[in-house]
Amino acid sequence: MKRIDALRAIHDDLADCAVVTIMGAVAAELQSLGHRPNHFYLQHAMGLASSLGLGIALSRPDLDVVVIDGDGSLLMNLGGLTTLARYQPSNLVHIVFDNESLLSVGGFPTATSTGSDLAGIAAAAGVPRTGTVRSVEDFAGAFRAARAARMLSTIVAKVDAVGPSAFVTDLGLLENRYQFARHLRRPSA
Amino acid sequence: MPVSLTASSTIYAALKASGVRVVSALPETWLVHLIRMAEDDPEMTLVRLAKEEEGVGISAGAHLAGVRSAMLMQNHGFLASVNGIVSCAQLYRIPLLMLISARGEFGERDPWQTEGGLVTRHVLDALRIPVDELGHASEVAHKVAQAQTLAYSASRPVALLLTRDLMWEEA
Repeated sequence: MKRIDALRAIHDDLADCAVVTIMGAVAAELQSLGHRPNHFYLQHAMGLASSLGLGIALSRPDLDVVVIDGDGSLLMNLGGLTTLARYQPSNLVHIVFDNESLLSVGGFPTATSTGSDLAGIAAAAGVPRTGTVRSVEDFAGAFRAARAARMLSTIVAKVDAVGPSAFVTDLGLLENRYQFARHLRRPSA
Repeated sequence: MPVSLTASSTIYAALKASGVRVVSALPETWLVHLIRMAEDDPEMTLVRLAKEEEGVGISAGAHLAGVRSAMLMQNHGFLASVNGIVSCAQLYRIPLLMLISARGEFGERDPWQTEGGLVTRHVLDALRIPVDELGHASEVAHKVAQAQTLAYSASRPVALLLTRDLMWEEA
C-alpha cells in the first residue's frame, strides 16, 4: 500500500478531527490531498507528535484527535506510548505509517525492518486497541472502527517506502500553527 | 521528608492562579509534594511522563487547544528535553512555563547531581530562555505570575529555577 492512497481513503473522515502529523513525506502528502485548518504538521521535534496529540486530547475531550505518526518518529519516543496508554484518551486515534525506513533522509532502514513490531510494542505498553494493516481497504476499515470504538487505538499501516519528490510546501510553519490554534479555539469547536 | 510542604503549596497556588490547568511531570525528590497536589486537584490534569521531552509536546498540544500548562522537572530533565524545546516550543512559538529544580548547586550532597548544576544556566542562556530563580516563598506568587505573563507575550518558553533554599528544609 502507498501511504498517499491510505491518506486519500480517510481524507474525508479527517474533516471533523484535530489532525497532528509528523514532518516530511506525510505532511507533504496530506497537504497535496487538501490542507484544512484542522491539520497541524509538526515539521520537526521527531517523536513528539503523539505527545502533542495527547496534550490536545486531554485538554479538549470534546475533540476527536488523530495523530499520524511514522516508524522513525515513534521509535524516538517509545516511552510516549506508555504515557498514551496510561491516560487512554477515548478521543485519540494513533496511526503509524510504517515504511521501515527513514525515507526523508535517504531511506536508511529503521528497526521495524529487522523485526521490531510497533503494534506489538503499543499493545505491550497498554494501548487497548492495536493492529497492523497492509491494504488500503483494511486501513480505512481499521481507522473507522477505531473512531467508532471510542477507545485509544494504535493502527500500524505497513506502507511502501515511497513519497513525494519534495517535502517543503508553501504553508508556513507559523501560519499553520496559528491557523490550527484558532480553529481549535473557535467558539463552535 | 525535608522537602518543603509550605513552599510546594505556595508554588502550586501560584501555578493555579496563573491559569495553569495541565501539569506534566516526571518525579524527582523536590517535586513530590507538587506532583501530589496536582494529582489530588480535580481542576488539574496531571500527565505523568516517561521522559521529560514528552512534556513539551503535551504543553504544545494543550496550548494549541487553548489550555494553559506547566512542566515540572529536574534540571537533568530539562537537559533531556532540549531538542523538543528548540524544535517544537521555540520553532512553533509555544508559551511554555518550565519549573526546574536546580539540583547540583551549593549544598548538594548527591554526587550524581553535581555535573548538571554546572551547566543548567549556561544551556538556558544558550537557548535564550528567560530565567529567574525562586529563592524565597515570599517571591513565588509574583515571579510565577510574571514568568507566565512573559511566556504569553513573547510566545516562548520561560524557566523558573526552584532553588535548594526554597525547596529543602534541613532536618
